[in-house]
Amino acid sequence: MAAWIVTILIFLPVAGALACFVFPVGGQYVAAFAALVAFVEIGFWIDALARFDFSKGLQFEQQASWFKDLNVSYHVGMYGFSLWLVGLTVVVMATAIMYALVAGRDRPRAYYGLMLMLVGAVVGVFTSQDLVLFYVMFEAMLIPLYVLVGVWGGAGRLGATFKFVVYTMAGSLLMLVAIIAFGLTAGTFDLVNSGPSSSSWIFLGFAVAFAVKAPLFPFHGWLPDAYREAPPEVSAVLSGIVSKAAAYGFLRIAIVKFPGPTHDFRTPILILAAAGLVYGSVLAFRAPDVRGVIAYSSLAQMGLITLGLFAANNLGFDGAVLQMVNHGLISATLFLLAGAIERRTATGEFVLLGGMARGRPALATLLMITGVIALAVPGSSAFAGEFLVLAGVFQQHWLYGVVGAVAIVLAAMYMLRLISGVLHRDVGSAVSDAARDLVPGELAILVPLVACLIALSVWPAAISDHSFPSATLAITSNVSSTSNASSNATNSTSTYHRPVGTPAVPHGSMTGEGGNLP
Amino acid sequence: VTASIQTPHIDWLTLSPELSLLAAGALCLLVAVLTPPSWRRGLGAFFALAGFVTAAIFAGVVFHRSVDPSLQVGDAIVRDRLGMFGAFIVCGSGILALFTSYGHRMRKEYVAEYYALLVTAGAGMCFLLQAHNLITLFLGLEWFSIALYVICAIDMELETSLESGLKYLVIGSFGSAVLLFGSALVYGATGQVEFSAIAANGNPHDAMFVAGLAMMLVGLAYKASAAPFHQWTPDVYQGAPTPVTAFMSAATKATALIVMLRVLRTAFPQEAHLWTIVVAVLACASLAVGNLAALAQKDVKRMLAYSSISQAGFMLIPIASNNSLGARGLLYYLIPYCAAAVGSFAVVAARERELQAPVTFDTLSGMGWERPFLGASMWVFMLGFAGFPLTGGFVGKFYAFSAAYDRGWVWLMIVGVVATVISLYYYLGVVRAMYFRTPAELQLLPAGGSPPREVALQIGVGLALAVTVGSFFAVEPLIEIARKAAETLVF
Repeated sequence: MAAWIVTILIFLPVAGALACFVFPVGGQYVAAFAALVAFVEIGFWIDALARFDFSKGLQFEQQASWFKDLNVSYHVGMYGFSLWLVGLTVVVMATAIMYALVAGRDRPRAYYGLMLMLVGAVVGVFTSQDLVLFYVMFEAMLIPLYVLVGVWGGAGRLGATFKFVVYTMAGSLLMLVAIIAFGLTAGTFDLVNSGPSSSSWIFLGFAVAFAVKAPLFPFHGWLPDAYREAPPEVSAVLSGIVSKAAAYGFLRIAIVKFPGPTHDFRTPILILAAAGLVYGSVLAFRAPDVRGVIAYSSLAQMGLITLGLFAANNLGFDGAVLQMVNHGLISATLFLLAGAIERRTATGEFVLLGGMARGRPALATLLMITGVIALAVPGSSAFAGEFLVLAGVFQQHWLYGVVGAVAIVLAAMYMLRLISGVLHRDVGSAVSDAARDLVPGELAILVPLVACLIALSVWPAAISDHSFPSATLAITSNVSSTSNASSNATNSTSTYHRPVGTPAVPHGSMTGEGGNLP
Repeated sequence: VTASIQTPHIDWLTLSPELSLLAAGALCLLVAVLTPPSWRRGLGAFFALAGFVTAAIFAGVVFHRSVDPSLQVGDAIVRDRLGMFGAFIVCGSGILALFTSYGHRMRKEYVAEYYALLVTAGAGMCFLLQAHNLITLFLGLEWFSIALYVICAIDMELETSLESGLKYLVIGSFGSAVLLFGSALVYGATGQVEFSAIAANGNPHDAMFVAGLAMMLVGLAYKASAAPFHQWTPDVYQGAPTPVTAFMSAATKATALIVMLRVLRTAFPQEAHLWTIVVAVLACASLAVGNLAALAQKDVKRMLAYSSISQAGFMLIPIASNNSLGARGLLYYLIPYCAAAVGSFAVVAARERELQAPVTFDTLSGMGWERPFLGASMWVFMLGFAGFPLTGGFVGKFYAFSAAYDRGWVWLMIVGVVATVISLYYYLGVVRAMYFRTPAELQLLPAGGSPPREVALQIGVGLALAVTVGSFFAVEPLIEIARKAAETLVF
């Protein structure tokens, strides 16, 4: 059972999707069925959580040969951080499906089938331990997303899907080139059994693919359209989960497999991430509509997470993983709230909104709590995540810390603007009395999400202390030993496989300057 | 004393696929003459199906029993796994094309002849796939080409059908003539007709010999519709009856590519430094021309024709790579490619019959919701062409790119990747047309009534779907078969 749990997590929703496609059942029954599958999925995840041993590395491993002559296999398993990201996925997907159930969607069999397919694909991304399998899952996410936005999206959906697909496919195919180059050079496509590579080109192939998918500045051209035109729950999935697939890719592949290039390209990537953080925050502050604010804040947050990842030290990694989960929950909640507002007022423009707090206490409370957590008020989970990230990246250079701190101020500005634009000020022209407070169905979706956020605020260490097996991570040992990366290629493979007991790396020892502050 | 002509020993099993197909063709012709008109469609289709199935079974048996390749029939024919693998693909495409043909509007006067020509073309392809000297090579090529010329023009009421047949005849004959001329030069330079003897006697510095090689390559590129020898493809594919197009785009291309691989590897291994570059250039040209022209198409059949040119480009990449990875990659890729090719044209045929008009992107709109099974299948075929995962097309492209990388030609891999990105526009354009837009949006008149139910066509599409998706999951056994088939070509 324990060996099968990842496979079940991947294929249970896929089987559910096929059932939706095949059996001609009426709308609400399909929706209920999809929700049921999503909840069973959560149940399996909780089972996995209960069985997971946080003192160890890769667990629930399962491997079966797929095509032998190139050493490609179906190889899945979970690390601590994969477990949390899978948890984020199943929770957000379940709420998205529930939201669709409440809001009602045309052509339900196709819709819920595709949503369930998406669950399987995203879980697959977070658990693949083979590069080809990873690529397959990464692409398989795109297929349902393309249709979900293209069919159920807003008026500008055709343009939005086109941009989305062209951007991500251009990135993905670069990644395919990188995968082939990596795999044929290493003789295997297995992530666990292959040693690190020192090729900058291959690293860049991966990095660009992930940067497009995340998206990171300057690869974010597809983001505003897609996030605005998609149905709200699909936007929630896009920014909450799919962007994390890219961050996961940075962590699991780009950084771990390419210690040398990670070191060489760290400065430009950190600068781009910091630029994206500030740029996204400024755009979010200037965005004229609710979804625009959330979309650009998503861009900013992905920049922050990348800062944490490429700080390449324990604090940075822990903070980045915590922030991935935080941001996933926050942006999903915000997009669903935006959807709820749009359903009531038929607009998301701030000029038409305002004054919704009066007479709508549930909406006001939920938006307020989520907004306050999102702007990283001390004591919130986002504060914990951002603090760790900034502390991590501070050790690279104090300037990144400053930029990050500025961005947190900007975050406060745009979140407060969002809150006041919707809830306070004068009553907007689009806000009529017919726009009621949240109905119980919506509360049943949003309250658990917010409860997760509050729980994480109380105990952020649940994730930040339980993502990597020991206090010092083998990933860092790989990165720090760039000088003799080739000599310990085989050695470091096994360390990552069982990443315990690596020597404590002094933070900032990688550059020799990061830790030495004036 | 009676003078006796020395006749070669004939291994009948080697020729069994061709013979069963020819027998089926003969039976179809008898049906055309001897049976009442109303029986002809059913009986013709039945015999043709029986012929293809028997030939496929024989191909499997011979594949199984031919561990080592052997030359047969006076060294003119080779009995090996490569040929039988090709025969199997031709028969598979033929079976799928038969399911597509069954519901096609055809006059009673020629319906049985249609089936006879289809199986005869299949027999010619099987023969060509086994050719091992210049004479059988040309014989096989003309055999199936002539059958196809006629079958393209068979729908006499369709103006475009005649035009298509004529164009194919003129340009196809030119291609054959170039191949023949090239063969003559090669024979002149080496004094040999048999492939391995050519390889032994060829001199890469002999201009006549190299010119012959180049012309033979051009002749085969015509048949594979690789740019710049592709000009006939869009018109012929668009004009021919759709089931014929389906068969041509799958079987002809597969045959031409496998034969190209065989000829280049067995007759011209010493000249690999020359032809690998030429094939790579052909691949790039096909990818560029096919993709860019497909972008501008409104007619779906025409778009698929250009897409088949770009697919030829993709499949030339592993040939240019000239390694065993490429050979088995190409053979593997042909399996999902042929299924998706026949399947996609079958869906177009279904829409055509429903609308009684040529299928354009506009008239495709809403089809995904009206006919969910066909729509979902078309979606999968397009994803297969585009090389998305969950279809065998992904694994095929993966192997093709891996082969280019293995050869050290990263640039060729990059060209293929760029071409794939461009191709997404029109492949996903089909999905967009079928699902994202409604007929009301485009102000099309509702046709009224329910679409015609075609069990045969749906079975065919279902089989094609199963192969396209199944080949993604069953990579290991299929690659193993492809590897065995490619063993003939010593790398």
